[in-house]
Amino acid sequence: MFIIDYLKEVGGAVKSLLKGMRRTGYYFTHHKEIITEQYPDNKATLNLAQRFKGEVVMPHDEKNEHRCTGCTACELACPNGTIKVITQFVMTPEGKKKKAIDKLVYHLELCTMCNLCVIACPSDAIVMAQTFEHSVFDRSKLTKILNNPDSKIMDGVE
Amino acid sequence: MYRNTDIINEGSQSPSFGEAGDLVINVGPQHPATHGVLHLVITLNGETIKKVEPHLGYIHRSIEKMCESLTYRQFIYVTSRMDYLSSHINNHACALCVEKGMQIEVPERAQVIRVLMDELTRIASHELWWGAMAMDIGAFTPFFHAFRERETINEIMEDTCGARLTMNYMVPGGVMADIHPEFQKKVKGFITLFKSKVDEYAELLTGNIIFKNRMKDVGVLSKEDAISFGCTGPVARGSGVSCDIRKWYPYEIYDKLDFEEIIETAGDSLARYMVRLREMKQSVRIIEQLIDNIPEGDFQAKTKAVLKLPKGEFYSRVETARGEFGVYIVSEGATTPYRIKFRSPGFSNLSALDHMARGSKLGDLVAMMGTLDLVIPDIDR
Ligand code: SF4
Ligand code: SF4
Repeated sequence: MFIIDYLKEVGGAVKSLLKGMRRTGYYFTHHKEIITEQYPDNKATLNLAQRFKGEVVMPHDEKNEHRCTGCTACELACPNGTIKVITQFVMTPEGKKKKAIDKLVYHLELCTMCNLCVIACPSDAIVMAQTFEHSVFDRSKLTKILNNPDSKIMDGVE
Repeated sequence: MYRNTDIINEGSQSPSFGEAGDLVINVGPQHPATHGVLHLVITLNGETIKKVEPHLGYIHRSIEKMCESLTYRQFIYVTSRMDYLSSHINNHACALCVEKGMQIEVPERAQVIRVLMDELTRIASHELWWGAMAMDIGAFTPFFHAFRERETINEIMEDTCGARLTMNYMVPGGVMADIHPEFQKKVKGFITLFKSKVDEYAELLTGNIIFKNRMKDVGVLSKEDAISFGCTGPVARGSGVSCDIRKWYPYEIYDKLDFEEIIETAGDSLARYMVRLREMKQSVRIIEQLIDNIPEGDFQAKTKAVLKLPKGEFYSRVETARGEFGVYIVSEGATTPYRIKFRSPGFSNLSALDHMARGSKLGDLVAMMGTLDLVIPDIDR
């Protein structure tokens, strides 16, 4: 009886291995189920999700104007000091002093992509961009200034 | 690797480092089977394990202390970096705790979205565990199969939350954004895919004789020990302890849902393995119940701009993919917490490893670690 049990066990073992191999063989011969993405060859056709949080950017319109008022709400909302808003006073045409941003410094290397700054911004001046290839050779390149040089605030944004 | 002679004993912190002739080896902190910077000092007699001593601290980021300087909106996202495989569920616990303190009523739509995302996260986490554990044991193919299905979930997450792993989708009072218009369609597609593929898992691995022999009666943890070590999640349920927070202390809408708590009684590695496999099917069951019944309404409750928890202590817990995750907040009434304590499942589960491993062979340690499902940043935060 021992011999029969033993042989049964061996038979069962071989069967279980063959079962697994059949699965492997199936995928080996069914090429249309290939799911590998040929990155970076498919870069042109790559579809990233619209909400993908890649980095914080400040959109500018064609007149080089942004919507940032320099209220520092984003700086306060950020959990790890990624954003620094540097403000300055500019003269309005009416001759009054007005607060505006000089630079909005963004440290990409610190950012956790938590989206809190985007939510906090009262004038929707910053959004998340869908970029993701952030590696650079020099760390200082990760510190970015989000407003373009010589950019102005859009009319009507308070 | 070194012989444990007198010279070695001089410098070691542990008096029970073993008699002369024992072999002390270090597994980790850089070792493919520990999935992170876990350092195990193992005392061996021949090939038999006499003692396993985990050394922590390699990835300590003092998250609890860090949270003391963050506001109640900000600290939630730090917990994504603890158990990164169930980051959404960790965030959930924090949001629940803040809501408890502020007495915020979460809209039903937000609750359903949260639970849906939780269960998707759980499946994704178990998928990754299944693949990685099989690879530890020596089976390479399952890894690809698991990641193929997991990728579908990741895409769903990316669409709605904007990230694949650290979703940061929870806010106190609801979720950050409404679900993506394609969400329901994609989730249904995933369920169909998953159901057709999950039987392949059994064919590939569960029935495999080599796998079975390596898992059965390896790393047995009795029910009493599981309780006394504070194990939770699939580890405890594999030893016959009923401990599913979703059943015992239901949060959100879990009390209205129809699902089973999976319990196996053998307590060995195979039992823990089976618990997780069967849990995935239960998660699918939960998703199926909800996906067509997402109520209309707000996805976020109206909250004050600055959250200030009233003076007192608050605790909330959830069931992550690895077990019970608890958040304990002591508030002094300020905008930041006075003290935060996280109860992470991985730490308690790891503490059972020494007990399990004593007396077994070194090769079996990998199977035990695999079925404990250790995520090191969760253990060491
Ligand atoms: S996404 Fe989060 S971490 Fe990054 S800048 Fe905004 S608030 Fe700061
Ligand atoms: S980006 Fe928005 S929140 Fe930040 S300073 Fe400008 S307007 Fe204020």
